[in-house]
Amino acid sequence: MNSLALIRMSFRSILRNRMRSLLTTLGVIIGVSSVIIMVAVGEGSQAAIRENIATMGTNLLQVRPPRGRFVANRISPADVLKIKAEATHVAAVSGVVRHSATVAGGSGYWATSVFGTEPSYPEIRNWQIDSGDFFTEKENATKQKVAIIGATIVSELFDGIDPIGQQLRIGNTPFQIVGVLKSKGKTGMGDDQDNVVMIPLNTAFLRLERSRFLNSIEMSAKSEGEMTAAQTEVDSILRTAHRLEADADADYQLFNQEEIIDMASSTAKTLTILLGAIAGVSLLVGGIGIMNIMLVSVTERTREIGIRLSVGARRSDIMRQFLTEAVVLSLLGGLVGIALALAAVYALNTFWSIRADANPAFIFLSGGFAAAVGVFFGYYPARKAAAMNPIDALRTE
Amino acid sequence: MSVIEMNGIQRHYILGEVTVKALNGVDLKIDEKEFVAIMGASGSGKSTLMNIIGCLDAQTAGTYMLDGIDTSTIGADGLAEIRNAKIGFVFQGFNLLARTTALENVELPLLYIRGGAEQKRTTAREARDSAMRALDRVGLTDRMHHLPTQLSGGQQQRVAIARALVNEPALILADEPTGNLDSAMSLEIMALFQELNDQGITVVMVTHEPDIAAFARRKVTVRDGLILADAPIAERHDAGEALEKWNAMHSRFMAAGEAVR
Repeated sequence: MNSLALIRMSFRSILRNRMRSLLTTLGVIIGVSSVIIMVAVGEGSQAAIRENIATMGTNLLQVRPPRGRFVANRISPADVLKIKAEATHVAAVSGVVRHSATVAGGSGYWATSVFGTEPSYPEIRNWQIDSGDFFTEKENATKQKVAIIGATIVSELFDGIDPIGQQLRIGNTPFQIVGVLKSKGKTGMGDDQDNVVMIPLNTAFLRLERSRFLNSIEMSAKSEGEMTAAQTEVDSILRTAHRLEADADADYQLFNQEEIIDMASSTAKTLTILLGAIAGVSLLVGGIGIMNIMLVSVTERTREIGIRLSVGARRSDIMRQFLTEAVVLSLLGGLVGIALALAAVYALNTFWSIRADANPAFIFLSGGFAAAVGVFFGYYPARKAAAMNPIDALRTE
Repeated sequence: MSVIEMNGIQRHYILGEVTVKALNGVDLKIDEKEFVAIMGASGSGKSTLMNIIGCLDAQTAGTYMLDGIDTSTIGADGLAEIRNAKIGFVFQGFNLLARTTALENVELPLLYIRGGAEQKRTTAREARDSAMRALDRVGLTDRMHHLPTQLSGGQQQRVAIARALVNEPALILADEPTGNLDSAMSLEIMALFQELNDQGITVVMVTHEPDIAAFARRKVTVRDGLILADAPIAERHDAGEALEKWNAMHSRFMAAGEAVR
């Protein structure tokens, strides 16, 4: 019997038992589609994080406070000055402090993040100005009460009004709005990047900040090729500034952009693996479902097996018939699962704006895995069918 | 030339400590174009004999030559090939595949043609044509797309006979072919067997009904695993005529019933 006839035969037998076939493949359908969807969502959020961080700036270097609760933060404006004075591979530097605050102005109150930065900050972090201007070095030096606001603040507090020249109170201090930032949208994790207010760093130290330390120092290297050199250079400047012994641990963390991306996407990566593994287990359970139904089917079709043996089928023919049926069933399940998954990925992207990237290689892989599930879980029932004694099989009612 | 030649066939089953001797040395020779009825009570060994003739079972001792081939030398796949090419089975319970049309049921043996019978290997179209010819021989051309559940018992049995015929076997082996049929249908089937036998097909039929066995040409009686009697049937009973008689009687009976009412 040739394979074409075998496949035709298994299709016929599958169609003859539509309901049972559907129930049998349901496990594989759900398994395959959930594997693809889960991995697509995981990979989508990783990609989104990557892209967001790429818009964060180019050739970015970041100094952050040390890890751990009992280690003091010693990053200070003095460090910024030293880097500005000594680093040769760094194009721009800005110290940053960050506060959560409720601001008042326009039509009411709004909870937001207030960043105290230096004038070079938009350049380092790739922020564009939509209207007005960013503050100048002079305004920073003289601690002017000027603010640049993000698109969300505009829509929440100054809807329909030109915010430039309007007053914005941060805490008890009135600021004058001098500029509006261009929208950056949401991050992959759904955080609103436009819900920000930027004020001069020195003003922030005077009006808001009690400590004398920075939340971070942001820098950009002169070029991509100078990233490593800049990182080494900044590291040695800071070690000297903080009077660290040669073998002492650093009391700060220094990251380059790649490391920032890895750090941010590591959670998503773990999540992808976890989700993929859970979905993989459901595919395995689906395979066991196929084996279960195939075993029932072998028992139920004992007489058919007897008839086939009596008209001249060999044991290998019976074996191949049942194996083909299991593989065709699970492949069909795989195909339906892939179709479902693609529809779900489309729906996630379109209607729920959850980024999901269906990876074509992965789709093929899970299709192939579905077929392998068929072979693996179809083998035992097929062997059981082939081992049947024709006389007993024919006698079965 | 003889189609079946059995010498000293024994079949012993070992069930734990007990050995059941189903056949105890059967010698049987059946020639081409014969129509043989094998009779016997249940437990006589006739089913075992039938299974061995049909290559569904193998003897414990003795030799069985089917159409010139020693069946003990060819292995399981060889036996499958013999069942496919040389034997057509007809069973008491018809044994048609459910939810499968008459035509597809008849095509079934053609799926398994192979190997030595390479020249007989068929394409899908040729298979369909042979199956249609076989259905034509049993007079069911107009029912070929029906499912077994849409056919009467007699028609189902005729589909089974068409399936048995489709590979042009040397031997048709029928196991209680009328056991599940009423009198009229039984006569119908026996008439068909007689017709096929007249066309030159060897028929071996197992039955326990003497009036059915009477339509054969030779009667072999089995008891306790041995052949008790083996004799030709002198008087030829024509199943076709018997069917007509039965029908006439039946309609008279019905008319009488009508009159009474």
